[in-house]
Amino acid sequence: MTAPGAVLEARHVTMQFGGLKALSDFNLTLMPGELVGLIGPNGAGKTTAFNAITGVYPPSAGDVFVAGERVNGQRPHQICMAGVARTFQNIRLFKELTALDNVKVACHHGRKAGFAAAFFLTPAFVADEERITARAEEYLKVMGLSHRRDALAKNLPYGEQRRLEIARALASGPKVLCLDEPAAGMNASEKVALMELIHRIRDQFRLAILVIEHDMRLVMGVSERLVVLDHGVTISQGVPERVRKDPKVIEAYLGDSYLEEKKIAVPGAPTT
Amino acid sequence: MIEFLQHLVNGLSVGTIYALIALGYTMVYGVLKLINFAHGDVYMVGAFAGFYLANAMGVGGTPSLARAIIVFVGSMGICAALGVLIERFAYRPLRHRARLTSLITAIGVSFLLEYGFQLPSIPGIGIPFPPGPTPRFFPEPFARVAWEPFGLYISNYDVVSFVTAVALMLILQYIVYRTRFGTSMRAVSFDSQVAGLMGINVNRVIAYTFALGSALAAAAALLFAGSRPKVDPLMGLALGVKAFVAAVFGGIGNVPGAMVGGLALGLAEEFVSGYALSSYRDGIAFALLIIVLLVRPAGLFGTFRPEKV
Amino acid sequence: MRPLRIVLRSALPFLIAIPLCLALQSVLSPGWSIIVIAAGINVILAVSLNVVNGFTGQFSIGHAGFAAVGAYTAAKITTAMHGLQIVGLSAGVSDQVVFLIALVAGMITAAMAGFLVGMPSLRLRGDYLAIVTLGFNEIIRVIIENTPFLGQATGISGLPRLTTVLWVGLGVIATISMARRLVGSTHGRALLAIREDEVAAEAMGVDTTGYKVRAFVIASAFAGLAGGLLVHLIQLCTPRSFTFVKSIEVVVMVVLGGMGSVTGSVVSALVLSFALEGLREVQQYRMVLYSLLLIVLMLTRPTGLFGTREIWDIIKLPGRRKAARVEVTP
Repeated sequence: MTAPGAVLEARHVTMQFGGLKALSDFNLTLMPGELVGLIGPNGAGKTTAFNAITGVYPPSAGDVFVAGERVNGQRPHQICMAGVARTFQNIRLFKELTALDNVKVACHHGRKAGFAAAFFLTPAFVADEERITARAEEYLKVMGLSHRRDALAKNLPYGEQRRLEIARALASGPKVLCLDEPAAGMNASEKVALMELIHRIRDQFRLAILVIEHDMRLVMGVSERLVVLDHGVTISQGVPERVRKDPKVIEAYLGDSYLEEKKIAVPGAPTT
Repeated sequence: MIEFLQHLVNGLSVGTIYALIALGYTMVYGVLKLINFAHGDVYMVGAFAGFYLANAMGVGGTPSLARAIIVFVGSMGICAALGVLIERFAYRPLRHRARLTSLITAIGVSFLLEYGFQLPSIPGIGIPFPPGPTPRFFPEPFARVAWEPFGLYISNYDVVSFVTAVALMLILQYIVYRTRFGTSMRAVSFDSQVAGLMGINVNRVIAYTFALGSALAAAAALLFAGSRPKVDPLMGLALGVKAFVAAVFGGIGNVPGAMVGGLALGLAEEFVSGYALSSYRDGIAFALLIIVLLVRPAGLFGTFRPEKV
Repeated sequence: MRPLRIVLRSALPFLIAIPLCLALQSVLSPGWSIIVIAAGINVILAVSLNVVNGFTGQFSIGHAGFAAVGAYTAAKITTAMHGLQIVGLSAGVSDQVVFLIALVAGMITAAMAGFLVGMPSLRLRGDYLAIVTLGFNEIIRVIIENTPFLGQATGISGLPRLTTVLWVGLGVIATISMARRLVGSTHGRALLAIREDEVAAEAMGVDTTGYKVRAFVIASAFAGLAGGLLVHLIQLCTPRSFTFVKSIEVVVMVVLGGMGSVTGSVVSALVLSFALEGLREVQQYRMVLYSLLLIVLMLTRPTGLFGTREIWDIIKLPGRRKAARVEVTP
């Protein structure tokens, strides 16, 4: 039985690639409107967790539920329609399409008219197109990209590309938004703007947001809750204040020699 | 029983030829991730190189083992050079572009060879080059001797062909798995960028890979000349496609896979057309291809490498 | 919007085309008619292949195989119904109706073939699809050559000369309309998205496999149309018209014109068809020139003549709204 009201739930999710266990027994429950940060050193399995949730790779074990429905094993586009949208660590925009068209693609699954209708220019088809265009323009406006409407995605500056990817993900009408390192490559002021943007999106669209980030200040500032991964294993969970002081987290990021230096004891670990 | 053994002999005979050609496809795909459509036509050039060399050396008039060996090695050399040239001028400039571009270029090179060789001969240069569309015939390098133990038909050509092919495959196996060059080749096939960073001269490795594969194709052409002495510009087409199917069956990019695939295809063709419908012989390769792609696209020995998201 | 208006708006290009084609038909000599019709058939092949190779970014090199399926279906129907007359219609009109039925039937069977080939193979990587479509092209040939019902290697001869400039013109308009309306629609954008980044498209809710198959089916259907038109022009239906070489000729047209540009496919199909006519004297050099063209093209300008732009991206036509603007480097 899934947690009542949870918009996303991952239970005992494991991802195994050949001999490598990229993710072990990953558990997460997201309630609507929550802002959760997923952190950990490089290679910890954070993007793998995203991939498991969004169906890019089916989990080797465990289940994923979106709004109470089991989605593991479904194809990514089905999971998107169920309400999970994501951005990618290395931006994956449709480079040769305009910004507007990029966002329009995400509106595709909401169409009413079928494939054949496009050839006969039926009213249902025309209405679809108008609706999609209006919706896409709306999301561009929300992300402050209206002036880039007809620019090719590949020509946009880096920061705007990141925002466009978020606009596109939002346009698919998700209940859960997964952002994979949205602040990568941004400068300090851009990061601050991004933090505000994330809060604004959460409030305006009533979403649950899951963020992978390396920038500690950003993720601490944005998240109400943190999940820490290391080598695929969840080593800590909880509010940012508690997690940042957790010796296991410090060890994962800074190494056990740092712990020795600072004489921080890890509960349960053997003392030399 | 005799019939079964005869099919076995024939199948292995043809299979080793397919294997030699398949190796060229698989090695090039391994290092470049490119399906070298022109490979079958390199085989054809090898056959013609042998034809011209044999005639120039007077083979056929007086059979001589020494001359046969010279023709053999000479053709392999010519094809190796051709392979390197094609790679250098048609494929290397496009290495950083999408694979589709190289694929189309490969098709272009293939057609260029096929139809170029069908052009009428240039007058006044002594040899009939280009050979034109009419088929020519290999002269026999040594007298054909056939044995018929228990009703089986085996000729010395079959024996020489089989033994040489197996020897070449063993040599290649040694090169790929026991020499530094072989390791470089395999490194490039895994990740050419990183291989380059590790100090491997990627361009040279790729050039040598083409040379090796093309030389083997030429060898195949000459070994096959015993039982199929006819040479014409389009001979590489059907054979090339079949060898390619063999490579895919074994797992494209995998060297032992190509050898196994070639033998398997040769045997399958022999047995199916021998015991069932002989007119569908050419279709067997495609049927095999469909089955492989539906059931196990990576092939027998291939591994499916998922894209990293 | 009233149904009549929908039909009219959708059929407008055809209504304009009919008088133009009839006018053209009356002024062309028989020799030139054949050349123009053949060029039109190539346009249909190139534009339909572009839907798969250009819009969706897949690599199909067996297009002639689907044309063969359509051609043989149409040929069988017209020969079966030869001499029959539909009640209430004159012989001439009856023939035209039969032809229409034959062509549509050809499109349907070709579409089915496209579905059968596409379903299993479109989940494979790019190079593999090329292999499968090539294989399919050859298998079709092998099957035809071994089936007495289909005339084997000699084929079906004595087909009525039903293809006229009008028919080809309508076929061309149908194909171009299909491609234009597709690319300007959300379905077309889905295809372009698949071409640009399949993983991202899938993540944004596009059923990538389903759409790749749809593109394949539609392209095959129109290839079938081209096949049906072709055999009723040369009045002969043999496997030799639908070899891998023919498939490659179509690929060259698409690449030369620019993958993703409908205008490019139309222009290059026309240019190459007329150029080949002119080169008829040097038939044996034709393929050599073709192959050199291919190689040089890939080395120097892989995006082709138009890249992925359409004519209205280059020349400002009045009242035209921009289609999805793209520039593809294959």
